[in-house]
Amino acid sequence: MSTIPPPKRRRPLTLRRRGVLPGFGLTLGYTVFYVGLLVLLPLFALVLKASTQGFGAFIHTISDQRALAAYWLSFTTALAGASINAVFGVVVAWVLSRYTFPGKSLLDALVDLPFALPTAVAGIALTAVYSENAWVGSKLLSLGVKVAFTQLGIIVALTFIGIPFVVRTVQPVLEELDPDVEEAAALLGAGRLATFRRVILPSLFPAILTGFALAFARALGEYGSVVFISGNMPMKTEITPLLIVTKLEQYDYAGATAIATVMLGASFLLLFGINLLQRWARRAEA
Amino acid sequence: MSGGVATRWNGSGKRQSRVAAEADWVRASLIGITVLFLGVAVVLPLSVVFSSAFSKGFEAFWAALSEPDAVSAIGLTLLTAAIAVPLNAVFGIAAAWLVSRYDFWGKSALVTLIDLPFSVSPVISGLVFVLLFGAQGFWGRWLSAHDIKIIFAVPGIVIATTFVTFPLVAREVLAVMQAQGNDEEEAALTLGAGGFRILTRITLPKIRWGVIYGVILCNARAMGEFGAVSVVSGHIRGQTNTMPLHVEILYNEYNFVGAFSVAALLASLALVTLVVKKSIELGVALRARRLSRKAERDGRASLAPPSLKMRSLA
Repeated sequence: MSTIPPPKRRRPLTLRRRGVLPGFGLTLGYTVFYVGLLVLLPLFALVLKASTQGFGAFIHTISDQRALAAYWLSFTTALAGASINAVFGVVVAWVLSRYTFPGKSLLDALVDLPFALPTAVAGIALTAVYSENAWVGSKLLSLGVKVAFTQLGIIVALTFIGIPFVVRTVQPVLEELDPDVEEAAALLGAGRLATFRRVILPSLFPAILTGFALAFARALGEYGSVVFISGNMPMKTEITPLLIVTKLEQYDYAGATAIATVMLGASFLLLFGINLLQRWARRAEA
Repeated sequence: MSGGVATRWNGSGKRQSRVAAEADWVRASLIGITVLFLGVAVVLPLSVVFSSAFSKGFEAFWAALSEPDAVSAIGLTLLTAAIAVPLNAVFGIAAAWLVSRYDFWGKSALVTLIDLPFSVSPVISGLVFVLLFGAQGFWGRWLSAHDIKIIFAVPGIVIATTFVTFPLVAREVLAVMQAQGNDEEEAALTLGAGGFRILTRITLPKIRWGVIYGVILCNARAMGEFGAVSVVSGHIRGQTNTMPLHVEILYNEYNFVGAFSVAALLASLALVTLVVKKSIELGVALRARRLSRKAERDGRASLAPPSLKMRSLA
């Protein structure tokens, strides 16, 4: 070529673009190695296993009646649990960030309990509360509401484990809200409810949705707290993770892998959605 | 994340508007709903754990914990946490350093991968290791030829636990590092400090509360993990039973006092975790307030460090 191209803006050839502190190579190498070994490799094994069993068998396993019932149950109960948390989570976040009253910091600490409490402990505790021979369970039963060993029981467990999510995503946003905006709304004649609905709620909405999606994603995969209270009847109260365990116990590794691939796909979609939501929420905050 | 330190931490310190405030009855009923919801959903099950554990007296509780299978389950749980938590703590600090200090190609993909174990069902987390190391797994034949047992043995439990809990320290430390920035580290660098010195003299003291909180949380989850461990453990009593699995076995045998006794021990661990979390938050808030008050008194701009925001989740 005869013409000399105009000088381009020089770009560094390394991966690294900014940051003067030492340790880039070391931490990058270590992090990538650890993540690769512990996360990528196992997931790769799962996908590989799923792909070696033949497309027909795979489709047959994942579209089996029992599997479809399990997906539907997992989806609906997770949706119900996350919705309950979306409503109560906003109330709890509101009370914790706006009011002062005795015992408030105790309540605030309790919100995180479902995150710290082992799921098996939550499972047997909830079953003990809602089973027919317990005080609460028998009272509910006399009202005609059966909780333990029904789908309602699954919803109770999934609500429990989802409590921190909405509260902890909405709370910081509520604390950052500028009181001037609310005052302006009030001075312009809006009632408290109208202010909430038209001024506060729109700015909370991305956070509520993010918390809802996080609680939903967690609920979809939840196992420990559900297996005790659900009764585990195929087609009725068998959630998808339990179906995987059942197949594993029958040494049906291909079947378990197929169902797991479907769940993993759903989790990835949700994760992607949550990432988009959080980006949106950050933009809404800014 | 930064700024507004003093008001962030106490709802009472926040300016309360008189124009834009709810009626007293609204306020009271919202507080009532909160107390009722958390009472029914959280306090009630928690109290059932302790009341069932002690329903036959302290002797029965103690007997359930000192029985050989329980002792071995407690031992295995402690061992698992003792391996998984330090591994994830070192990783967490390295990953947080990497993500908060540098910009590089593929950074957001890496962060997503670090978060991934959170969005995977615990059952799947166990399954993937069965597929790798199990008898029919990819390396199953090689492992059995060399007489190495991973699945249905202790190594499997440790690996699965490490996988499930591995984002916990990284997330907490990353949040703290991002909030604090790296001005001090860069100053140290210009003064001639090397990487190791910056890490031990500047960064670690700065992020210590984040590390402690991440470690405590990681520990609680490591000791309490059920789904993933249940898939890889094989439930061999006295050998591959962790505390949560022991709870399940006792419960399924209708030994409720025994199950709830072990559960009470795990629940106490969760409560200690929450107490530590709360005290770190309060300590950090107090320090921030003190610093900003001192700065005000001295008539200069606030030197308070940005808030250490505890993020247990998002």
